Amino acid sequence: MRRLDPFYALAAVGTLLVVGFIVFPLIEMIRQPTAADLKASFMDPDVRRAIWLSVSTSGAAAVIAFVFGTPFAYLLARRDFKGKRLVESVVDLPIMIPHPVIGIAILSLAGRQHWIGRLAADLGVRVMGSVTGIIIVLTFVGLPFYINTVKNGIEAIPRRLENVSRSLGAGSFGTFWRVVFPLAWRSVLVGMILCTARAISEFGAVVIVAYHPMTAPVMIYERFTAYGLRHSQPVAVWLIFVCLGLFLLLRWINPAGRTRT
Amino acid sequence: MIEVEGLCVRLPGFALDTISFRVAAGEFFTILGPTGSGKTLILESIAGLVPIHSGQIRINGRDVTDLPPERRQIGIVYQDQSLFPHLSVIQNIRYGLRYRSRAAHREEKIVYLIQQLGLEHLLERGVAHLSGGERQRVAMARALAVSPDVLLLDEPLSALDPNFREEIRVLLRRLHHETGITALMVTHDFAEAHFLATRTAVIAAGRIEQIGPVAEVFNRPLSPTVAAFVGMKNIFEVCFDVGVARVGALTFSLTGPVDPAWRFMAVRPEDVRVHGALPGPRDGACNLFPGRVTRIDHQGVFADVQVACGGLWQALLPTSRLLDEAITEGREVWLEVPVEKIHLM
Repeated sequence: MRRLDPFYALAAVGTLLVVGFIVFPLIEMIRQPTAADLKASFMDPDVRRAIWLSVSTSGAAAVIAFVFGTPFAYLLARRDFKGKRLVESVVDLPIMIPHPVIGIAILSLAGRQHWIGRLAADLGVRVMGSVTGIIIVLTFVGLPFYINTVKNGIEAIPRRLENVSRSLGAGSFGTFWRVVFPLAWRSVLVGMILCTARAISEFGAVVIVAYHPMTAPVMIYERFTAYGLRHSQPVAVWLIFVCLGLFLLLRWINPAGRTRT
Repeated sequence: MIEVEGLCVRLPGFALDTISFRVAAGEFFTILGPTGSGKTLILESIAGLVPIHSGQIRINGRDVTDLPPERRQIGIVYQDQSLFPHLSVIQNIRYGLRYRSRAAHREEKIVYLIQQLGLEHLLERGVAHLSGGERQRVAMARALAVSPDVLLLDEPLSALDPNFREEIRVLLRRLHHETGITALMVTHDFAEAHFLATRTAVIAAGRIEQIGPVAEVFNRPLSPTVAAFVGMKNIFEVCFDVGVARVGALTFSLTGPVDPAWRFMAVRPEDVRVHGALPGPRDGACNLFPGRVTRIDHQGVFADVQVACGGLWQALLPTSRLLDEAITEGREVWLEVPVEKIHLM
């Protein structure tokens, strides 16, 4: 009989522990609420509204990331400039900063004491306790995921394809829409899904900027603190299902090894 | 017509230094040089794809130095073809048509190119399913479809296997003759330059070493760098005395006058003779020196023979001659350098 390689045995044990560590609490949480609890939770308009608010604001954040992040990702992928490493680090900052700090930072800009806050107020834009505020926070936390994914996708496209396009008469915009975008669309979509997924799970920053209207993570927290585990679990399960749907969509769009370039 | 004057490009760790040359209208011109010498950089500078530090580039008398690539009226074909992977063959060929409105008879031109390049049966195919030769033909059709003023070719034959290389080489020559387009090709293969071009420039380390008709560059290189590049593997520093040249302890008879500026002697390996025994005076041999065979590398019909004789000499001999003269590694031999085969520079 073939002897088991100790290294692979160790790796297998580690894999089992990690997978169990991730999956076990989730399975338990899904298993514990009864079908009646789940149904009651689903029938609760506040729960549906909170989940829809989470999904829609996260989707809006992904669209904003697409509009502003795509040219930025292209620049990072294709141009070398002084301070590029610094700019790349800045993009990653929202991943590293504690999330309540992000919320406080955004509030410090949006308040009456800052000229941006005053300008926004004069324009009738309310950040604190509003959907706008939630979208701003979610865009902030989701952008790094979008930009890094799209940047990697564009970097994988040979630059010579763009050179040929330019030589054939296409300008830089024409080249982007006819060559770069069709070859990078999968990365763009994956970036948007990652951005959405990250935004849906955001709690720390949202709870500071907008406790109301209530997103799903804030509602879960609120029900947990007010009514206990039993009342927060069904909402959490529905949120997990939404995240699972996004994850499956991601795997379908970008299965391992599928590339276009 | 392409005119490049004083072109300087500076990149981290590499620079093109004052490159100047002129390609006449309808000429097929090559830039020859080893990998990393800056050939592709010259091509991309002409195409406007890299920022230049100084210099001027004119195409058909029009100063294009500050124009973006899309306004230079050039066609470029890369070694890896760079076909658009998300488009079919015909979509690739037609890609540039929407931008080049001056192509009045463009539909006729497309049909002509498709026929000339034998692409009729491939038009709806995805480019991922094409062979190397087919891909190169599509790339050429795509570049020529927009009726460019000049065609820039970046080692278009290098990535092809030998069968396709021969096919594309012949095709390139035919297309050039039929369209009369000004073509500039960079390559590291002298045989390609010989076959396709009338004139060539040899570049090394970002500087042009020599420009001239291909045969002249091949037969009369002006520097050791060019001599080495055109296959003169025996290059030695030389000093002169009356009617003779000295390479270390070896003294070579010469014909003709000596230019005091000459500092090097070069001989092709195929011009060096190796004898198993000292040839008799009736054979007319001169410049004969004793040596020892240090290495033999068999290359099929021919063999590279290295002989230690003052320095290390390279000779290319038919393997039959090795057998006839019993020339083996370690054997004492006589090295002959025919006086008319010595190139001085």
